Amino acid sequence: MANVLEVESLSVVLGKTEVLRDLTFSVAQGTALAVIGPNGAGKTVLFRALIGALPYDGTIRWAQGSRLGYVPQKLDMERDLPITGRDFLEAKVSVSHAPPAEADRAFDLVGLPPDIAAEPIGTFSGGQFQRLLLAFALLGRPNVLLFDEPTSGVDEPGEERLYEMIRRVQQVERLTLLLISHELSVVFRYATNVLCLSRARPCFGPPEEILTPERIEQVYGAPLKYHHH
Amino acid sequence: MAWTGFALSAGMAVAAGLVGCFAVMRRMALASDAMSHVALPGIGLALVFRVHPVLGGMAALLFGTLLVWSLERRTRIATETVIGVVFSLALAVGSMLATGEELMDALLGTPGRLGVLEMGMGLAGALAVSAFVLSQRSRLVIALVSADMARTSGIPVARLELLYLLAFSLTVALGLRYLGVLLMGSLIIIPAATAKHLARSLDQMLAIAVGAAVLSTVAGEIVAAHVHRATGPVIIAIAAVLFFAGLPLRRRG
Repeated sequence: MANVLEVESLSVVLGKTEVLRDLTFSVAQGTALAVIGPNGAGKTVLFRALIGALPYDGTIRWAQGSRLGYVPQKLDMERDLPITGRDFLEAKVSVSHAPPAEADRAFDLVGLPPDIAAEPIGTFSGGQFQRLLLAFALLGRPNVLLFDEPTSGVDEPGEERLYEMIRRVQQVERLTLLLISHELSVVFRYATNVLCLSRARPCFGPPEEILTPERIEQVYGAPLKYHHH
Repeated sequence: MAWTGFALSAGMAVAAGLVGCFAVMRRMALASDAMSHVALPGIGLALVFRVHPVLGGMAALLFGTLLVWSLERRTRIATETVIGVVFSLALAVGSMLATGEELMDALLGTPGRLGVLEMGMGLAGALAVSAFVLSQRSRLVIALVSADMARTSGIPVARLELLYLLAFSLTVALGLRYLGVLLMGSLIIIPAATAKHLARSLDQMLAIAVGAAVLSTVAGEIVAAHVHRATGPVIIAIAAVLFFAGLPLRRRG
């Protein structure tokens, strides 16, 4: 299987801190990579380097024809704005010169009903807002989706539904998925490979190898509970 | 007042309303007010060297814009502080350079007395700013929600930011003669703040902001002529009355 992404000896320095050091991994087409690690390990920094928003050393090679969709974790914005879900998606339609019907298709894919899409984004629940951001990322037909902590700000029953939806969208759209997650049980179920970042040496491999109790204790500095299904 | 004067002030109000929407949504209300002060030392220097004051003001605004832009690209938190310091300094320096009546004119604007060239340039500037905001609204909205999502959508975020700040400065420059350094920032911010409070969609916000800005400007001119007061302060007072009148009208769920 061809690789969509190849990363070699990637280092990122922010200010005077070396956040990522000598990172090497690859992502095959159509697979799901989960990035795990404690807070401050540089997961979001890695994503931002991958989309070209941060300077870095080393190599980041996207396969030719890769179109990236990116869903960030935290937004540095006020939510209480007179911008509706539809305003936001139609802005993307206009920028990406997509046919106008694409907005409805994207809403449909993520299961966001039209009457909610017509409301200002400030009235959206955490889960609805994540769906909106995902719909935005899916417009313009990306073949790679980078999703930073899909379930931050989403309640627990919502989490499960959100992951189910991401998995469904990944299959329907034949996406390669890069996912940052704290939900180790989800990672175990969905990920083809796991990349763990921590102050110790980073590790990379299939979940059965990486998600062992000893490894997790090494990565997070404490035993972490999670359940296999 | 002649209809050409009305056309110019209405054009300026339209530009102010449109630019203001994104200034308010980007939470740069205070920064933008401070930024308009940077025109003052430019006007002061222009008066010293006997150049047209608006040219001096525009040159200073251009400098201020580039300064804010380069600061924003480095750190995010420090920007507001630096803007506060640098532009208060600009106000101080400007006040030292211009004195007496000149200073009052620069701060609060001068009534009437516009030449054909000034009129033409004013209308062209208002048109350019309005065309920029309306044609780039999609890009501006996406960059507002998330710069990273804008980047992955193929939007050149840094360039868009610079163009927006330039449009903002040009709008301030448009109002310099009319409203002065202190009040032009207010005509950009207050109608947009009214609109943000009342609107439920982007189209509504742009429309309400433009409506409130034009209404304040035109009504302000008529009222000021009747009560024999300077136009600028009356315009801003009406804009503020509209803002407070809108407060209880919110239609949100």
